[in-house]
Parts: sequence; structure tokens; C-alpha cells
Amino acid sequence: MSKLPSMQVALDGAMPDMGLAEVARRRLVVRDSARRSIGRRRTAGRAMQVICLLAVPIALAPLVALAIATVSKGAGALSIGFLAHAPTPEGVPGGGISTAIVGSGEIIAYAIALAVPLGLFIALFLFERPGPIASAIRFSADVMSGVPSIIIGIFAYAVYVERFHHFSDVAAGFALGVLMLPIMVRANEEAMRTVSVDLWEAGISLGARRSRVARSVVLRGALPGVVTGNLLALARGVGETAPLLFTVASPTFAMTLLIFNDATQPYPDAQQTAWGTALVLLALVLILSVIARTVAWTLNRKTR
Amino acid sequence: MKQNDAATDTGANHETDQQTLFGDRSGQLAKESRVPAGKPDAGAHGTAVTLDDVSISFGDHVAVRNVTLQLPAREVTALVGPSGCGKTSVLRAINRLHDHTGGVVRGTIRLGSLDVYGTDVQPEVLRSRIGMVFQKPNPFPTMSIFDNVISGLRFNGVRNKRLLREMGIAALHNAALWDIVKDRLHQPALRLSGGQQQRLCIARALAIEPEVLLMDEPCSALDPVATAKIEDLIRHLSGEVTIALVTHNMFQAARVSDNVAVFLLGEDRVGELVEVGPTDRVFDTPSDARTKAYVTGHVG
Ligand SMILES: Nc1ncnc2c1ncn2[C@@H]1O[C@H](COP(=O)(O)OP(=O)(O)OP(=O)(O)O)[C@@H](O)[C@H]1O
Ligand SMILES: [Mg+2]
Repeated sequence: MSKLPSMQVALDGAMPDMGLAEVARRRLVVRDSARRSIGRRRTAGRAMQVICLLAVPIALAPLVALAIATVSKGAGALSIGFLAHAPTPEGVPGGGISTAIVGSGEIIAYAIALAVPLGLFIALFLFERPGPIASAIRFSADVMSGVPSIIIGIFAYAVYVERFHHFSDVAAGFALGVLMLPIMVRANEEAMRTVSVDLWEAGISLGARRSRVARSVVLRGALPGVVTGNLLALARGVGETAPLLFTVASPTFAMTLLIFNDATQPYPDAQQTAWGTALVLLALVLILSVIARTVAWTLNRKTR
Repeated sequence: MKQNDAATDTGANHETDQQTLFGDRSGQLAKESRVPAGKPDAGAHGTAVTLDDVSISFGDHVAVRNVTLQLPAREVTALVGPSGCGKTSVLRAINRLHDHTGGVVRGTIRLGSLDVYGTDVQPEVLRSRIGMVFQKPNPFPTMSIFDNVISGLRFNGVRNKRLLREMGIAALHNAALWDIVKDRLHQPALRLSGGQQQRLCIARALAIEPEVLLMDEPCSALDPVATAKIEDLIRHLSGEVTIALVTHNMFQAARVSDNVAVFLLGEDRVGELVEVGPTDRVFDTPSDARTKAYVTGHVG
């Protein structure tokens, strides 16, 4: 065996020789500054904490007020019958919102069927094929997510209702899907970007095809973010009214329309129904958010 | 700047070397007895990988040029040299990872007699014959320990459950990891320690039964004990697999490699290969003055 090479390190030229006195002087500068500024830094830290603590109730207050108002005014309307019965004609007491629940369910189902898979494929495309086309898609997604929902409603009306000459849940689902799609695309892409290049290269170096790495490594790694992003986009879509205005045959076929319609009626019964529906809708959004959190948490926990 | 880089790098290694050195004399002896004296340059089993006048550039920037190098089959070839001289770039050229990062490779690289950049070569198939271990352990965090090991097989279309199981277990044995993980094969891979994760990555690379294993500073994130384990592993694997090992650690190169390729930065800061040959010869009697300066720590 060879004698091991000596590892003398030549430091010449690496750093100007400063002498111990200079080092000591610099040390003093830093220590001195640290000591003199500690009071200021401590105050700044405290002030920041106070601001943060104050911000929490300010942010939570509207949410809590909204929840209290909806529950207190809507709870009275709730009953099994309210959920299970069809609406009665205006002015006639009794009846429920079953048609609106079913209608909203159908609309959401169509929206999911359109937006979720499409959102995944488009995000995969953006990830896999960076370039001018991807940039253009990304840009239009950003523009789309800023388009007022009423315009999306008119768009769906023009594309579907006018052409086929009838209102339908499909058209409404289409409108909601179009509304949710850009949010989902961007959320999916962001989630996929959090998967590190190291893992991507690990997959590629094992002989996997790009598409396989995109699926088994990138998408799988991004799943918590993808699920959260999609469910939050869905929660946003569930509460939309405007896209349904031009696409649903009757306000009794969607919860948000029913709220809009009944809340503006002079009859106390109708107003009660509106609050009750609002409560059901709020609960639905809450449930979606909780599911989003839980799924993301469970998926994350499995990796540790 | 140039001197600074080189000096800090070798300086850092200097310390870890001493540590590993004292703890690992036995390994050194084992290696000595394994390599017969007067072994011919060509390698006893022919040549696994041939680089002929290879240059790699990123845009206008040439990273490394005119590399002509042979990796003797079933031997360990260490690639050493200062930071930025293109060792990683050369390694990644062999399994065509530059296809995806914008690096342009000129010259010829052959795996056996296959032209790696030939028009009829499918990069995926090529990569399934070449394993790679990265500087930072990178197990798939969403997969269990065992799923990590067999992930390469799955990626390459192996579906047979029994085969997957057998090959996965064999790879874990090969990477000296079986006894550690046999009771927790289905736990997340990230629960392993850094050194164990790196061995898991080696097992993952070995599972596809590669002919060549590319290792890019596999021990740089590890402590001396974990380093010694991986070095043992490398010694154990040579003889079955052709290994290209990038390292900043001269002692490691001396301990585990059969051949050394020394890269340096040229005048214009482009990396080049200055010397290649059997480890003993290169370290004892370097034929190039620059090599001598580098391996003895005086980097010009
Ligand atoms: N993807 C890339 N894009 C642009 N330049 C790159 C890229 N990869 C490497 N380079 C450049 O190529 C040169 C060689 O880099 P390389 O990573 O191969 O060096 P190295 O010898 O592995 O260094 P180290 O010992 O620090 O890992 C460097 O100048 C680097 O900046
Ligand atoms: Mg490198």
C-alpha cells in the first residue's frame, strides 16, 4: 500500500492575514453591538407578538359572528323534513329543500368530474413540459381565476344553454368546473413543485420513464397538497351563486340560488328557509375543509 | 477564489480522514490483500465503460473537456479533484442524466460496446443497467423501506410479487442492511438514520442488478462510522459491479479504489483529466506534477 498522501493545506492567498489584534477588535464590535441593541431587539420582538395576538381575534371575529348568526337564525328551520321534503310553493308553510340539496349535489358532481381530472392533467403538463405553451396556460389560469364568476355564468349560458335550448345541471356543473379549474391547476402545480429534484432524479436514474416518475414520485409526493388544494377549490365552488343564475332551471334546484331567492321574499317562512339552507351550506363547507385537513395530515403522517 | 475552494475542501477532508483512518486500519488491510500486486492496467475483466474525448458544457460554459477514461469492469475507479472540476458532470454523462438538465455531452461514451448516446438507445433502458447513488441520501419519502428497494424494479415493469420480494431481499442483503431493517420493512423510509438511508439508496440501486454503479460522494453527508460501513460495502460490491466513485477524500480513494482518475481545473477554469491509473501507482509515483501537488495537498 502506498504511504498515505500528506494533506498539508496551503492557506496562502486564501485570506488576508489580519493578526490577532484585528480579530479581537472585530469580535469586540460584534459583541458590543449585540449587547447595546438587545433592549431594542427585545422590544421589537414583544411588539410583534402583541400585534400578532391582536390580529387573531380581529380575523376570527367576522367568522365567529357569521357562524353565530347563521346557526341562531337557521337552526330553527332544521329538521329531518327540511332536508327530506321538496319545497312548497311560495307563501305555503312547511316543505323542505331536498330538491336544492340533490341539485347542488349533482352540480358539484359534474363540476368535480370535469375539473379534478382536468386539473391534474394540466398541472402534470405544466410540470413536464415547461416552455412557452406552459407559460401561456399558467398565465391564462391566473387570469381565469380572477374572472368574476358572473361572467363564467354568462359564458356557460352562451356555450350550453343557448345552444341546447334548455337549462340543466350539466351546464351549471360545467360553469362551476370552469370556475374551479384554474384554482385547482395552480394548487396542483404548486404542490408538485414542493417535491424535490433529488427525488425526481432518483426515479429517472432507476430507469423510470418521465411519465412514471411524474405519477409515482412527483404526484404521489404532492398528494397531500393536491387533495387540500382540490377540496378548498371545491369548497369555494360549492358556495358560488352567480355561475348558476343562468344555468339552473329553477332556484329550487340549487342551494345557493334558493338562499338568494328565498331571502329576498317578504314571507318569514321563506326567510327562515333561506337561513336554514345557509346553515346546511356552511356545514357542508366546514365538512369539506375538515376533510381536506384530515386527509393532508394523514398522508403526511404516513411518511414519518 | 480558486485556491480558497481547493484549500477549504481538502482542509475539511483532512480532519475526517484522520478520524476514519484510525478507526479503519483493518479495512485498509483487507483491500491490500484483495488487490494482487502488479495488476495490469487494463483490468482483469475488460472495460465496462469507455469515455472517449468527452466534453460537457452548459450553455456557453464548458465544465470539463477532453476526458478519455476507461472504467475497468468489476473494479472501483475513484474520481478525485477539486470542487467544480466536473466530476459530477462526468458521472451524470454516463447515465445520460444531462438529457434533462440542459448539459450537452460531446465525444463518445460506451457501455460495453453500446454507444450510450446512440440514436437507437433508449435512455430508460440504458439507465436500468446503470445504478446511481447521490451525494445526499434521497429515498422516496412516500414509500416504505421495502417499497423503496423494489421501486426501481417496479419502474422497470417487474410485476411478479415473488420476484419483487426475492430481489428486494437480496438487494438489502447486498447493501448490508437486511439485519437492520428486516423487522420494519413496511415503515416509512425516512425513519432510518442518514447513513442507513444512504445504504437504502444503494440497495435500491442494486436491486435492478446494474452492471455499473455511479456513486457521487456517497459519504459526504455521513459520519466516520457510517462512512466506514459504506466503504466496506463498496469493497464488497467491487468484484460484482463496476463502480465509479466520486470522492473528495484522498484517504477514501486510497482505501477503496483500484484505479484513480485525477481531475483538475485548467488555466481557463475548465475541468480536465490529468492522470488515471492504478491507485497505488498514482498515489506513490504520480507521473503528472499537478497530480502530485493535488494528492499531496499542495494545490497550485
Ligand atoms: N446544471 C448545470 N447548469 C450549469 N452549470 C453547471 C450545471 N451543473 C454543473 N455545472 C457547472 O459545471 C462545472 C462542474 O460542475 P460539477 O458539479 O461537475 O463539479 P464537481 O467536480 O462535481 O464539483 P464538486 O466536487 O463540488 O461536487 C461547475 O463549474 C458548475 O458550475
Ligand atoms: Mg460534484
